[in-house]
Amino acid sequence: MDNLNINKIVEKKIVINPVTRIEGHAQIDILLNQDDTVREAQFKVTDFRGFEKFTEGRPYYEMPAITSRSCGICPVSHLLAAAKACDAIVGVNPPKTAVMLRRLMHMGQLIQSHALNFFHLSSPDLLFGFDSDQAKRNVFGLIEKHPDFALQGVKLRRFGQEIVERVAGRRVHSSEWIQLGGVKWPLTSERADYLQSELPKALEIAKDTLSKFKQMLSGFDNEVENFGNFPSYYMGLVNSDGGLEHYDGKLRIMDKDGNVAAECTDPLRYQEYVGEAVEPYTFMKFPYFKEVGYPEGAYRVGPLARLNVASHCGTPLADEEFEEFKKLGKNGVVQSTFHYHYARLIEMLFCVETAKKLLDDPEILSEQVVSRAMVNNYEGIGIAEAPRGTLIHHYKVDTQGRIIWNNMIIATEHNNIAYNKAITQVAKKYVKTQQLQEGMLNRVEAVIRAFDPCLSCATHAVGQMALDVKLFDVNGNLLDRQIK
Amino acid sequence: MTTNSTITLKIDGVQISVPEGTTILKAAKNNGILIPTLCDLEGLTPYGGCRLCLVEVTGSPKLFPACTTPANSGMEVTTNSERLKNYRKMAIQMLMSERVHICAVCVANDHCELQALANQLGVDHVAFERNFTREPIDSSHGFLVIDRNRCILCTRCIRVCDKIEGVHTLDLKKRSKNTEVIMDLDEFWGDSCSCTGCRKCAKVCPVGAIYIEGEAITQTKNRDVAEFITARRNRK
Repeated sequence: MDNLNINKIVEKKIVINPVTRIEGHAQIDILLNQDDTVREAQFKVTDFRGFEKFTEGRPYYEMPAITSRSCGICPVSHLLAAAKACDAIVGVNPPKTAVMLRRLMHMGQLIQSHALNFFHLSSPDLLFGFDSDQAKRNVFGLIEKHPDFALQGVKLRRFGQEIVERVAGRRVHSSEWIQLGGVKWPLTSERADYLQSELPKALEIAKDTLSKFKQMLSGFDNEVENFGNFPSYYMGLVNSDGGLEHYDGKLRIMDKDGNVAAECTDPLRYQEYVGEAVEPYTFMKFPYFKEVGYPEGAYRVGPLARLNVASHCGTPLADEEFEEFKKLGKNGVVQSTFHYHYARLIEMLFCVETAKKLLDDPEILSEQVVSRAMVNNYEGIGIAEAPRGTLIHHYKVDTQGRIIWNNMIIATEHNNIAYNKAITQVAKKYVKTQQLQEGMLNRVEAVIRAFDPCLSCATHAVGQMALDVKLFDVNGNLLDRQIK
Repeated sequence: MTTNSTITLKIDGVQISVPEGTTILKAAKNNGILIPTLCDLEGLTPYGGCRLCLVEVTGSPKLFPACTTPANSGMEVTTNSERLKNYRKMAIQMLMSERVHICAVCVANDHCELQALANQLGVDHVAFERNFTREPIDSSHGFLVIDRNRCILCTRCIRVCDKIEGVHTLDLKKRSKNTEVIMDLDEFWGDSCSCTGCRKCAKVCPVGAIYIEGEAITQTKNRDVAEFITARRNRK
């Protein structure tokens, strides 16, 4: 069997498994050339969930409860995308107050999720340095060394969770509250008053954290330059004025120069813009911008992309920061993945301000919170901005309202091509195989952390889907390729 | 069913007098001793299907379902021994493993009698291999939905439809673990010509097998329904 040339195809690689301080399970393979220089890095998601398949046959109105169970960090985003898809199936417009309450809940979720990523997961790298002692470079080290900073993170996250709890009844998995056509119960004035009383403190923390981060920024010039700093497309929701949007609006895709490449006003038509490819080494799909193709149509979603595609935020403090942020990039397009942190903190400020705006409106206490209807359409799509980016739920139902087809494109998946580009860039820059050090590999992990992926949400691929089959010879040359 | 004469028996060591013909379950309940049950519902004919109300009677090696066994004079009944507790825990686990019971995503979550009983008896896991059935859901009716994967075959719905509403739309087909609740001559619910849409089946369902689409579960599972049914039944 010597004709297999086994020696030739054995690859040299460095494996980082598990990738730490992220949500979900993944590994990174750094593939090396024969001379031990870095050739490529691959981000592999080792989870498998299968929600798209096992929800088949379930009634459409169970979808918010079922799909939101895929994640304990961003269940609210799934609830909203699923509820919006259900709204579309019955063809109903929820009352204004219901939309306001859903938005308020979403703000709470964004605050808590962003705080979790920044304070608990990413800040140890920023405060202690990427090469610092691994044993201390975590949330416990943070509490020991910077107790006040850590406490601020805990408080801000708690505020986000309290919004969700006061509005929807539970901090995590409040699926009982959301229903198609609106929500189950209104907000009481006592609860609204409580949230109002907590708002000023949260706003202070959000402002303070952002200013601290900006002070730190000058020490990370190298990382800004090399952490996934590459041109790509960006995708995110914008409202009718082109401003920052998380709940409802049009889907905008922007190119690397800041030109609007596409705008999708009707969610039903998202598939005209977004294609999906698969690769054999991971359970996560690779969405791409259809007009350009795969993999050139790589786009990014999430806080950085949302700020890139938006023309403004719409709240005073966030708008000031937004202007400053936009100056970091050419034509207002900031392309370094490291700046996801920056964008995330601006969004956090925006969310606290928006929560205040919503709570200040007396209409939020209205008791008309649900509209009723029966199945009128056999297809429904819900798009919302999860903390990590654009989340799409797409359902088809039969005449009895039972799911016959379900496609979920998770925020984390949109960035999949970008992850691989970013880690390859970081690995090429920092990983020196002759004298390998943990800090080098930590940088590779840290760029993934900057994206804030949530992998437990993102691994649903199963059965019939867009298939890209490639045939390689033993030397890795592409012999044939078929796309179904 | 009852006569004027009373009988005296001991339940859990307590001397109790009840009218002759009273079931052990009712005798215990009237005297503040609660025996767990899933299929029994006051106002409906006892069925003895769930086997959770099994009790020990001194002098007999057999266990008796309290809901169908009449109290006899001089009987000594034990409702809560270690042996009974183990049997009940096993019965709950068997019910849970027979079909699909995933509380987290069930419409009846937090309002389910099976779930409440499992919690009460300390069933923290299911020791048997779960049989995840994939019966299609019937949501052809305008608002009533049946998910047979969650059905525990207590037949409350069938009895309430027959005895209270008086139409007998619902019944059973097949046997053993394959048993299914059906409508009319095994038709889609939406095609049933006898169903009056009274919703009683959804209201008495102890789990999330029959429910009302678009209605809050708190409203559907309103416990007053038992009293309502009893009152209607006794109305002359």
